[in-house]
Amino acid sequence: MPGQPDKAPAPTSSDTSPAMSGAAILVHELVEQGVEFVFGYPGGAVLPIYDELFGDERIRHILVRHEAGAAHAAEGYARATGKPGVVLVTSGPGATNAVTGIADAWMDSIPLVVITGQVPTALIGTDAFQEADTVGITRHCTKHNYLVKDPADLAATVKEAFRIATTGRPGPVVIDIPKNVQIAVPSERRALTRAGSHRYAPQTVAPAEQIIEAVELIANAQRPIFYTGGGVINSGPEASRLLRQLQDITGAPVTSTLMGLGAFPSAHPDWLGMLGMHGTYEANMAMNKCDVMVCIGARFDDRVTGRLDAFSPGSKKIHIDIDRSSINKTVPVDMGIVGDCGTVLAQLIEAWGSRQAKNLGEWKARIAGWRARECLAYPERSAKNPGMIMPQKAVERLHALTHQRNPIITTEVGQHQMWAAQYFGFEDPNKWLTSGGLGTMGYGLPAAIGAQLGFPDALVIDIAGEASIQMNIQELGTASQYRLPVKIFILNNEYMGMVRQWQELTYESRYSNSYSDSLPDFVKLAEAYGWKGIRITEERDLDDGIMRMLDHNGPVIVDCLVAQDANCLPMIPSGAAHTEMLLYGDKVDGTMDDEAKALV
Amino acid sequence: MKITEAASERHVLAVTVDNEPGILAKITGLFTARGYNIDSLTVADITEDHAVSRITIVTNGPPSVIDQIEAQLERLVPVHKVTDLTTAGPHVERELALIKVTGTGEKRVEALRLADIFRARPVDTTTESFIFEITGPPDKVDSFIALMRELGLVEVGRTGVVGMLRGPQGA
Repeated sequence: MPGQPDKAPAPTSSDTSPAMSGAAILVHELVEQGVEFVFGYPGGAVLPIYDELFGDERIRHILVRHEAGAAHAAEGYARATGKPGVVLVTSGPGATNAVTGIADAWMDSIPLVVITGQVPTALIGTDAFQEADTVGITRHCTKHNYLVKDPADLAATVKEAFRIATTGRPGPVVIDIPKNVQIAVPSERRALTRAGSHRYAPQTVAPAEQIIEAVELIANAQRPIFYTGGGVINSGPEASRLLRQLQDITGAPVTSTLMGLGAFPSAHPDWLGMLGMHGTYEANMAMNKCDVMVCIGARFDDRVTGRLDAFSPGSKKIHIDIDRSSINKTVPVDMGIVGDCGTVLAQLIEAWGSRQAKNLGEWKARIAGWRARECLAYPERSAKNPGMIMPQKAVERLHALTHQRNPIITTEVGQHQMWAAQYFGFEDPNKWLTSGGLGTMGYGLPAAIGAQLGFPDALVIDIAGEASIQMNIQELGTASQYRLPVKIFILNNEYMGMVRQWQELTYESRYSNSYSDSLPDFVKLAEAYGWKGIRITEERDLDDGIMRMLDHNGPVIVDCLVAQDANCLPMIPSGAAHTEMLLYGDKVDGTMDDEAKALV
Repeated sequence: MKITEAASERHVLAVTVDNEPGILAKITGLFTARGYNIDSLTVADITEDHAVSRITIVTNGPPSVIDQIEAQLERLVPVHKVTDLTTAGPHVERELALIKVTGTGEKRVEALRLADIFRARPVDTTTESFIFEITGPPDKVDSFIALMRELGLVEVGRTGVVGMLRGPQGA
């Protein structure tokens, strides 16, 4: 659309020229929403939007190498900054490639606005070239989605999409825009006719009587515990501060899900570590034996609860969640509080007032007893590869040498992810970006790119495995193009380690297709993309290799060769209870009954 | 290994929604995706400007699942309100059915006599068939269909249940 007036200084929201095309309206609305970056990949059905972005100074388009990378990069940006991530992809394969990232954002409650091109309205339903039913495909992995058939609805739709993505329980929203709608110039702008007062009004403040009752329960508890999750992070940094304050005045110990790491500082004496399948012995035992459990922004995921009928049998449970459907979904609770974590934490602190915390000495002593098991201790040497670096050691050293720079850590999915969660201590929210719910291999590199764009001066490290990293390896080119000094630290054990571990525990070590054969030379691969490549093979070179990675002013892949047989422990085997953890040195017979095998 | 299911309860849910494209697919898809049951589902727009639809869903499941169904429905952006008529109080349920019966002689007379008892109305007649229209609570319709089965039942069409709370207040 040459000669469109919108390239002039940004008009105000009320002053939108009636002569703007759908594509121009879209770009204008993105600017209005404060969007800095659009992660995308062009194609036939979004060319009008790309033409609007051409030369636009207000929005920076980040060209990824695959649409899955766009969605994960937007997720990484959103998790690190707290702002919504924006994705722009074409119709058909562009949209379907982005679906994994959309589903990932759905499971982990990450605010995304995904704009997909669509074939012109007249061709919808005719199996046109690059046509896919994007709205149909994404219906159950988005918080909401739209097919905009009339450009007059576009402005209001984009506004509502951002509001839905970012408020309440955050999540991805898809806006599917047919190509002719991008080109057409609407004669009017319609408000959404349906945007009535009944539509979408999340409850953020909890009823006062519930708060009073909850404070009574907590104050009279002998063995309280806070079980926190990603909801505390999603609520904003203030929620993490309030959590620390509430902990301080109540004295209750804190554990967290994978998604919630960083909301409470790992250096705190009352921090129990992560709970669940690969959580600490003390966290899981404390969950089992507590008398009052306060779940804040977590959702009793199967990875957290273990066997449901043995989950924390004697406790009163309070569940704070902004999503009513999370309450009583898998674990019945005594008190469900619907509200925003930060808001409810502030309400609890206010209602607590100047109460004195109960003496929890006896409870803390029991916890100290569980801590004494030192569940994260691991053997100095691997039995299979006695000369190789233990992966846990590699993560510990990485933490020791980087934590003063307060790095942002992303991960892929598997053993390395759990080791990172266990051995890398987090002190602040928004520093830990990982795919929890969907468990998407290939998440970490694009997420690191998104986080690095949000924080250009931060140290961003993707702790990866040699298998996962190959799932979105093409994004090396994206980091090169935008000169992003992302670091990838590969714990290379030549196995899809978590698969291998389960095969060892469940299928008598029949390692069906879990060996990473024909691996690339990661150092040469790094160099091919203009990155620096470092290989670490000996423990005595570990610190030096990490320091060389940190000293390089640009992107680096570290290929850290680690022991192949190391298992991720402690572990609650599938179908077992919190009290039945496997620790290092426990004997495992390598088989399970069908009941346990059927659980994922 | 055994796959077990908990005891079910029948519930009637009245759901008001924005009348927008895809909302029905969203709701039915939610039921399939999460493994909930739909016994019947009716939908029509109910406002003058066609902006709002009312969906009546008859479902069954254990109480915890029914609670989840309501919560999951409420989570959908276009959903205004979900009312569980079964727990909200006394309510009326009605369903309309068209029932085609063929037969001659005594069977035909008996069909007509039973239709009269059930207040079913013949809406189409030939010398060897009737189409009856019957309105009522589902169990009444069930009983009538069961009787017609013995008298030459050919075809049944049912609307599914529409429900409403008794008394002056709206759902």
